[in-house]
Amino acid sequence: MSTNLLAILPELILTLTGIVIMLAEPLIAPGKSRKPLGWLAILGTAASGLAAFYQLQICNAHGTITAFYATIQVDAFSVFFHLLIAAIVLVTLLASLDYFEAGTVTHAGEYFALLCFGATGMMFMTSSVELLMVFIGLEISSISTYILAGFRKGRATASEAAIKYFLLGSFATAFFLYGIALCFGATGSTSIAAIAAGLTITSTPLLGWLAVAMVLIGLGFKVSAAPFHVWTPDVYQGAPSPVVGMMSTAPKAAAFAVLLRFLFSATPMYRSHWILMIEILAVASMTIGNLGALAQRDVKRLLAYSSIATAGYILVAFTASQQDAVAAACFYTAAYAAMNVGAFVVLTQLSGFDEKLRSIQDFTGLALKRPALSALLAFFLISLIGIPFTGGFFGKFYAFSAAVHSGHTWLAIVGLANSGVACFYYLRVLSALYSRPVTDTLSDTPTTPRRVTLPAALALTATAAATLCLGIIPNHLLHLVQRATPTTTVAATTTSPVPTLTPR
Amino acid sequence: MQIALFIIFGLLAVAGALNLLFQRHPINSALSLVVVMMSLAVLYWSLGAEFLAAAQVIVYAGAIMVLFIFVVMLLNAGEEDRTHGSKIAYIAGIPGAAAIVCLLSYVFLSNRQQLGTTQLGGYLSSSVSNISEISHTLFTSLLLPFEVTSILILVAILGAVVLARKEL
Repeated sequence: MSTNLLAILPELILTLTGIVIMLAEPLIAPGKSRKPLGWLAILGTAASGLAAFYQLQICNAHGTITAFYATIQVDAFSVFFHLLIAAIVLVTLLASLDYFEAGTVTHAGEYFALLCFGATGMMFMTSSVELLMVFIGLEISSISTYILAGFRKGRATASEAAIKYFLLGSFATAFFLYGIALCFGATGSTSIAAIAAGLTITSTPLLGWLAVAMVLIGLGFKVSAAPFHVWTPDVYQGAPSPVVGMMSTAPKAAAFAVLLRFLFSATPMYRSHWILMIEILAVASMTIGNLGALAQRDVKRLLAYSSIATAGYILVAFTASQQDAVAAACFYTAAYAAMNVGAFVVLTQLSGFDEKLRSIQDFTGLALKRPALSALLAFFLISLIGIPFTGGFFGKFYAFSAAVHSGHTWLAIVGLANSGVACFYYLRVLSALYSRPVTDTLSDTPTTPRRVTLPAALALTATAAATLCLGIIPNHLLHLVQRATPTTTVAATTTSPVPTLTPR
Repeated sequence: MQIALFIIFGLLAVAGALNLLFQRHPINSALSLVVVMMSLAVLYWSLGAEFLAAAQVIVYAGAIMVLFIFVVMLLNAGEEDRTHGSKIAYIAGIPGAAAIVCLLSYVFLSNRQQLGTTQLGGYLSSSVSNISEISHTLFTSLLLPFEVTSILILVAILGAVVLARKEL
C-alpha cells in the first residue's frame, strides 16, 4: 500500500462507509427499518479504528508517516485521537440504533452517513499539519454536527438548536480562517512547521500575535470555552441525546488536538502571549460553567454547562510544559469522553426520542423504576464530579498537577474550588434519582420501561468499563498519551526539564 | 492604456459602491453590487491576477449575485423604509467612513517606501503565468485539501436534503 493511502486509511474507510450507506439507503423500502445501515456504519467505524491501530504499529516500526506533500502526519498523537474519535462514534452509533425505531424519523440512513462523514472530518483535523487541511476537516465536522443537531425535525427546540449552532459556528469558523490568513501573511505559509520557522524571523510579529488570538477564538468556540460558550445550552437542549453525547466529546477532542498542535508546535515562541489568553479562557470557562449549571433545572442544559466547565479544566492543562500539557489534556479528553457519552446514552435510554424526561424533578424516584440505568447514571455523575476510582478523578488530577508543576498553582486552586461547586449540582441530580417521589406523578409519566436493547447495553457497558478502567488502571492510557507528544517541535523551544507526571 | 483602464474601472467601482448605498430598492442595490464586482475583477486583472479576476466574475458576479437576486425576488422585498435607525446610520456612518478612508490612505501613503511599486499590466512581460502556478500548487502541495473538499460539499448537500425534505 502506498504511503499516501496508508496515512489516510481510517478516514478513507469512514468516507467509503458513508458513501455506501448513502447509496444503499434508497434500496431499502420506505418505512422499513434502517438498522442494517446502522450496523454497516458500526462495521465501518470499527474498521477505521483498527486501521488507526495498524497505523500505530507502522509508526512504532518505521517512525512518523508523512504523506500528501507533508499535509498529513501520522504519529502517536494523531493515532490516539483517531482511536478516541472512532470509539466515541462507535458508541454513539450503538446507542442510536434503536433510537429511531420508536420515532417517525424517515432519514435514519442519512443520520448514520453524517456520523461517518463527521468522524472523517474530525480525524483529518487531528492528523493534518497544514492549516488549510485542518480548516476543511473542521468544516466537514462542523457542518455534519449542525445538521445532526437539528435531527428532531418539527420541534421548535431542534430548529433553534440547528440554526443557532450553524450561525454562531460559521461566525467562529470565519475567525479561525482569518487566523490562518494572518499566519500566511506573517510567514508566507500555512504549514505548521513552516509557520514555526517563519514566525521566529518574521518582520511583522504583530500579525503572528493576532493570528494566535484569532485561532484561539475560533477553536474556543468549538470547544465551548467561555466567553464563546453561549450556544452550548440551547444546542444541547434541542439536539437528540445520542448526538449531544457525540458532539460534546468528539469534535471537542479534535479541536483540542488542533489547539495542542498549533500552540505547541507552530507558535511556541509566543507562549508568554498565549498563555495569558489560555488562563483567561480557563478561569472564565470553569467559573461560568459551574455557576451557570447551578441555576439549571433541565438535565441536558445542566450537562451543557458542565461541558463548558470541563473545557476550562482541560485548558488548565495547557499552561504546563508541552509534554505535561499533551499528556494531561489527552487523558482528560478521553476520560471525559467515556463518562459524558455514557451519561447521554443513559439519558437516551431513559427518555427516548420524545425526551419526556427533562427537568431534574422528572428524575425523582427514577431509581425505583429503572434501577440499573439509574445506577449507571449515578456512576457517570460521580465520575463527572471527580471522585476517586473513576476516570474523572484522574483527569482532573493530571490536569491540575500539570498546572502546579509549571507554577500555575493559583489556576489549580481555582479549578479545585470550582470542582467543589460542581459537586453541588451533580449531587442534586443524584439525590433526585434516589429519593422517594413526592407525588404519584411517576406512574402517569410515560416511562413505560423500554427494554434496553443489546446494542445499547453494549454501548453502556463499554462506556462504564472505560470510565472505571481509567479510574483504576490509568497507567496504560497515560503511557500512550505521554508518548503522543506531537513531533513537529522546533529546536528553538528548549523547555526546562519539568518533573513528568507519575501515575499512581 | 493600462492607467486609463485603472482610472475608469476604479471610478466605476466607487460609483457602484455609492449607488449601492443610496438606492432604496434592494434590486437596484444588488445590481450596483454587480457593477462593483465586475470593476474589481478588471482591477485584479490589470494587476496581473488573472485567476483571481476570473474567480471574481464566476463566483461573486455570477453565483453569489444570482443567489442574492433570487432571495430578493422570492421575499418580494419592497422599498426600504426610512426609520429613526437609518438616520442614525447616516449621522454615524458618514464620518466613520471618512475616518477610515483617511486612516487607510495615511497608512498607505506614509509607508509608500516599504510597500514598493508594481507595474500595471506587468504580468504581460512575466514568463510564468500565475494560473499555471496556482494549478501547480493546487494539484501538488494542496492536493489533499482540494480532494477532501468534495466530502465537504457532499455533506452540505446531504444536510440540505435532510433538513429541507418534507416528512412523509
